[in-house]
Amino acid sequence: MQYLLKNGRLIDPAGRRDEEIDIHIVDGKIARMARGLSVASAQVIELKGKVVAPGFIDMHVHLREPGFEYKETILTGCTAAAAGGFTAVCCMPNTNPPIDDESVVRLIKEKARMALNGLVDVYPVAAVTKGRKGEHLAPLAELAAAGAVAFSDDGDPVHDAEIMRRALEYASMYNRPVIQHAQDMPMTKGGAMNEGLTATRLGIPGMPPVAEDAVLARDIQITKYTGARYHLAHMSTAGATAMVRAAKAEGLNVTCEVTPHHFTLTDEAVSDFDTNTKMNPPLRTREDVDALKKGLKDGTIDVIATDHAPHSFDEKQVEYQSAPFGIVGLETALGLVVTELVNGGVLTLSQMIEKMSTNPRRIVNLPEIRIAEGQHANLTIFDPAAEWIVDIQAFKSKSKNSPFGGRKLAGKPVGVINNGEAYWI
Amino acid sequence: MPLTSKHLLGLDGMSRDDMKLILDTAVSFREVLERPIKKVPPLQGKTVANMFFENSTRTRLSFELAERRLSADVLGFQATGSSVSKGETLKDTARNIEAMKVDMVVMRHSAAGAPHYLVRVIDANVINAGDGGHEHPTQALLDMYTIREKLGRLEGLHVCIVGDIAHSRVARSNIYGLRTMGARVSVCGPATMIPRDIGKLGVDVYHHIDDVLPTVDALNVLRIQMERDAGRLFPTLREYHNFYGVTRQRLEKAGRAITILHPGPINRDVEISADVADSEHSVILQQVLNGVAVRMAVLYLLSSRN
Repeated sequence: MQYLLKNGRLIDPAGRRDEEIDIHIVDGKIARMARGLSVASAQVIELKGKVVAPGFIDMHVHLREPGFEYKETILTGCTAAAAGGFTAVCCMPNTNPPIDDESVVRLIKEKARMALNGLVDVYPVAAVTKGRKGEHLAPLAELAAAGAVAFSDDGDPVHDAEIMRRALEYASMYNRPVIQHAQDMPMTKGGAMNEGLTATRLGIPGMPPVAEDAVLARDIQITKYTGARYHLAHMSTAGATAMVRAAKAEGLNVTCEVTPHHFTLTDEAVSDFDTNTKMNPPLRTREDVDALKKGLKDGTIDVIATDHAPHSFDEKQVEYQSAPFGIVGLETALGLVVTELVNGGVLTLSQMIEKMSTNPRRIVNLPEIRIAEGQHANLTIFDPAAEWIVDIQAFKSKSKNSPFGGRKLAGKPVGVINNGEAYWI
Repeated sequence: MPLTSKHLLGLDGMSRDDMKLILDTAVSFREVLERPIKKVPPLQGKTVANMFFENSTRTRLSFELAERRLSADVLGFQATGSSVSKGETLKDTARNIEAMKVDMVVMRHSAAGAPHYLVRVIDANVINAGDGGHEHPTQALLDMYTIREKLGRLEGLHVCIVGDIAHSRVARSNIYGLRTMGARVSVCGPATMIPRDIGKLGVDVYHHIDDVLPTVDALNVLRIQMERDAGRLFPTLREYHNFYGVTRQRLEKAGRAITILHPGPINRDVEISADVADSEHSVILQQVLNGVAVRMAVLYLLSSRN
């Protein structure tokens, strides 16, 4: 199959390019790049006003397979990723069985290769501890050898400082980061939303921001002591942002990600008890949102990741306190980033691409995507100007648990190309 | 003049006119309760389901009596022994009960927002009889009714709520209701029982009860959940009683007549001393009687909207 991408605006932060150029792709490889190309045998994709970028990766996705296929499968998750403009995802280990054994890593990678002919690269994040119980280290070296790109007990924090220290030390032998879901469990027991005025008004048990900050503060000290690599998942507070900024200034190997919902919504969205506003960490306050945006702008925040967490319709059709945490995010991420951050003056398109492609790939040790003749085409194409209304029923994800239904967004994926496959939206 | 809303979910956001309408209507029903024949016909032919997913004695009995006094057919429902214990969801339970052509649902539930969810899945009028730590609107309305009955007004009064504000639906509904009716509201309790940012709801916060008593007209004393909270939210019951217990000595020191309310059931000599609970300033038993009248008013007003 041959494609001729015509008149697209190539923005490649790593290659320091931002220019209108035609790209001729033959069997998944970039054959030629030049202006005014014309190839009779190629399917022409007119991309005037659209952006061509290195393929996006969402480094925080719950694919739910194996074990929870009624919420999502590797196939539906990969399809949602492609439809959202991603050519790769990192999948979290809270599956059943959890990704704490190399056989599970291999199973996921094999299933991912079959889904959409391998269009979306799936990189498993393996558990830090056996069974994600926080007690005994998982076989980190075996997991890394099988293809795990990072370690996390996501959803369950590594609460034991000794285990965290040993995990960081062990993972650092393989240059893998430990990804922490920072949450002090006793402080948040029974909590269902951010502690603050809205929780007080609604009488919903709160989860104080300090529960995130306190674990992060400890972890930063352990990271400093071990010299290892630490990545904070879904950072949500102003306090954590300040701590990561300080850790980076000190030269520590601390990186972090933020989700689109945490920089878009505040806890006031919970006011009508919509269970699709329930996630962990919870939606915080305006002050936190402003701090996250500042962190995105000044480079404190490396990555935008969705924490795509599918749950079935009925699971969310319950009282707020009984509902599971999490929302789907793959298919609204790009629109929310353009709407809130690019059009909001927080990020340039180039910085957006860094946080959705370049930086997360670097953190999980993936090779840089090179957009040049002779290279494999791994591309995300999107229209930064397209306006659209989110229709959750149109999601490719098996689950529809999103608070963004009916929301008007700017910025829409056009298609993705990777591993010789293409997906046009 | 009908109520603005089809349901009574809470007092947060309810208008002063609606609250006044309920309180004024309750006056007529309060009079009915003094008659030899205490039954009136407005809800004849209507069916009310009392869905209590959480233990309750007085609120359930009060609603049931109010419904029967209005001649409604009454369905009782307790979570224990029902299909809820077999794993049925709130949605399915409610829709099954509604399928029996129920007109109104009174619900008590341990989760905040449960009645707000319910109105999205059923058509009946819904009355919140307490949802988690969120609201208990009929309790606050009967508290307001009782204060107004005793002191002649609400506007300009200073009402202080003492106890575990953080976990109290009674406190929240009282704050919303009393402030809307023009009263000054303060809360008093140990810092561990005062929820974050409550000052932003327009209430004053006190940690020492003797600081607030000299300006208080009515004191709403909340029940201490002894089993749950001792050792966690406060060290011991003795310490709580010594520092927050409403005693005759404390009230005398304050030097003014303070009306004492308690939503019940009371723990004698924990949050309130026995002599205060039984004193001439205590309106605790009037609250119980007024509760029936206020609930009759709410049922009547919601039903007459249809």
